[in-house]
Amino acid sequence: MEMTGADMFARCLADEGVEYLFGYPGGAVLHIYDALYQQKKVQHILVRHEQAATHAADGYARATGKPGVVLVTSGPGATNAVTGIATAYLDSIPLVVFTGQVPTSLIGNDAFQEVDSVGITRPCVKHNFLVKDISELASTIKKAFYVATTGRPGPVVVDIPKDVTAQRAEYLYPREMSIRSYNPVVNGHIGQIKRAVELMMQAKRPMIYTGGGVVLDNASEELTEVTRLLDFPITQTLMGLGAFPATDKQFVGMLGMHGTYEANMGMHNCDVLIAIGARFDDRVTGNVEKFCPNARIIHIDIDPASISKNVKVDIPIVGGVKAVLKDMLKILNQGKHKTDTESVAEWWKQITEWQAMDCLKYDTTSEVIKPQMVVQKLYEVTGGDAYVTSDVGQHQMWAAQYYKFDQPRRWINSGGLGTMGFGMPAAMGVQLAYPDATVACITGEGSIQMNIQELSTLKQYGLPIKVITLNNGMLGMVRQWQEFFYQKRYAMSYMESLPDFVKLAESYGHAGIRIDKPGDVEGALREAMKVRDRVVFMDFITDSEENVYPMIPAGAGQNEMILV
Amino acid sequence: MRHIISILIENEAGALSRVSGLFSARGYNIESLTVAPTNDSSLSRMTLVTSGTEEIVEQITKQLNKLLDVVKLQDMTEGVHLEREMMLVKVRVANHQEREDVKRFSDIFRGRIIDVSDETYTIEVTGSSSKLDAFIQNLNKIQVMELVRSGVIGITRGEKILSL
Repeated sequence: MEMTGADMFARCLADEGVEYLFGYPGGAVLHIYDALYQQKKVQHILVRHEQAATHAADGYARATGKPGVVLVTSGPGATNAVTGIATAYLDSIPLVVFTGQVPTSLIGNDAFQEVDSVGITRPCVKHNFLVKDISELASTIKKAFYVATTGRPGPVVVDIPKDVTAQRAEYLYPREMSIRSYNPVVNGHIGQIKRAVELMMQAKRPMIYTGGGVVLDNASEELTEVTRLLDFPITQTLMGLGAFPATDKQFVGMLGMHGTYEANMGMHNCDVLIAIGARFDDRVTGNVEKFCPNARIIHIDIDPASISKNVKVDIPIVGGVKAVLKDMLKILNQGKHKTDTESVAEWWKQITEWQAMDCLKYDTTSEVIKPQMVVQKLYEVTGGDAYVTSDVGQHQMWAAQYYKFDQPRRWINSGGLGTMGFGMPAAMGVQLAYPDATVACITGEGSIQMNIQELSTLKQYGLPIKVITLNNGMLGMVRQWQEFFYQKRYAMSYMESLPDFVKLAESYGHAGIRIDKPGDVEGALREAMKVRDRVVFMDFITDSEENVYPMIPAGAGQNEMILV
Repeated sequence: MRHIISILIENEAGALSRVSGLFSARGYNIESLTVAPTNDSSLSRMTLVTSGTEEIVEQITKQLNKLLDVVKLQDMTEGVHLEREMMLVKVRVANHQEREDVKRFSDIFRGRIIDVSDETYTIEVTGSSSKLDAFIQNLNKIQVMELVRSGVIGITRGEKILSL
């Protein structure tokens, strides 16, 4: 059937099974909006700022595993989306972002609302395309979804000039796609997997360290089975939380800069490290010179460039985490391999001693609300079953430390880029995907103001997320670093002239509550969870002096933590 | 160490900037870069000379391989290979002695004088980068007015080839 580029765009999305398209209209995409208006299959969600469109699509993608889809106009529409694209890039989240572009005849002329979107986004996408002719439109859209969702996932930008959306052509959506220069590896090398298993059997002080790759590849089940079979301790990165149940006795907590004492000491002292779908980020390793000094390292990752990038590994396995773990399970289930149970039991004894330090303890008798307590109560009140998004800063670390995630895709945060303003729009995307679920956005009074306009979108679409603001009147993480490393010179870390968040929420038609006594925290949370028809904006007035502990200062080794 | 990396890349707009952007974004070093179409019209061949530790060069090849436009690549330095670079040099030759000297150097280096004027010679020299360096050094007191180098191209010796 012959149709316009705009109609073709809508058809491609429908054929791709896209439920929600997050976007904002503008001149260059008017033909597309007109086409979207005349169809029913793809629902468009109108955000209030393009950055929020990308974060909402990103939240949707992280919670569901399906690609998030965005449509913005040319020029400022595209540049506003860049932060969200980079956020998805750093965390390997599948997004397909469509940017409008000025007509092909005007490209390069500094036309109204023209920017080189392909050029601007190039360093923060997995790939991008400029569609110059309608004959390439459908196949390019198919390619974009294929590239975004396969291999190591990531954002893909498709820039579409306005005249292409007006041209007419026969519609043909390719069912399958292959690209000669792009062949993501799935299966790991079986010889390497066998070598890895043999090394694991020799381990006296093993440690399993997993990251976001396990979540992305839906490999939680396999990971859990392997880990339980081995009875090795397991730690997870900020991005990996939930892939292995946090309430399981083998889980020793998150590792890294604000990881637990037992996880970081376990890393530092282990003799065999099994890294799975993790990339040895600087927030995890601390000083790489001092990282795991006595360990032989196995590294499973789908991206060969992640292997031996920061830390040299002994047994690299390039492959999808799920496929590799499945192969590993087959070998382990043959029953021919025995772990060194005696040494591992000794190792567990040592870990139990470290756990006895109780590094996450905090003052529970305080008269002011301790932020940790709010997260802990949220965990209790929701029975650990909520989707939790967060912004960036102290509250993010407390959320990661005190909310125990037993399932993957429940913890949604900007780990790699550390984007303030991510939490609330991401929660929008999650709530759209799961209308009946409890979705809480743990945030701070700084971060929430970076995309506060989305309260309007939440109202329009009736999305009852719970905003948990840990309001300490400070850019807490900045303040903490200034306290530790800049002799308490609190440059620009004090948040003055804060709005009355209760009134602000109410002005958008939501509910707002301010809670300033520890005794009221649990009750307020219980009440809030009952509200299903609008946002409950909870403004918790918390201790402004509280710090995130433990902490590995920059440049230190994993065994050099500040504990209190 | 110096590495010559040959890349077969999709002959598409933007492919070159993806490669050069990767180098600048990740702080890798480019000594020279040449690119031109091949006998397969869908492919260009790029030759890139870079230097770094083994770890850095390993990262460079891995990151290049991740680019969607990169179809295939080969680190020439890993095996026996031929390398060539072309140079055009315009020199001032004010008197008979200088003309004689330049002609002699040019012959020794198997160069060719491809243009002459009253006071200038333009010489074409082809060879490895170090040979071209040596030629420039040997010009000694001769005044170099202009110099242009093509950047390195390379090919493996024997049966081994870089193709689809």
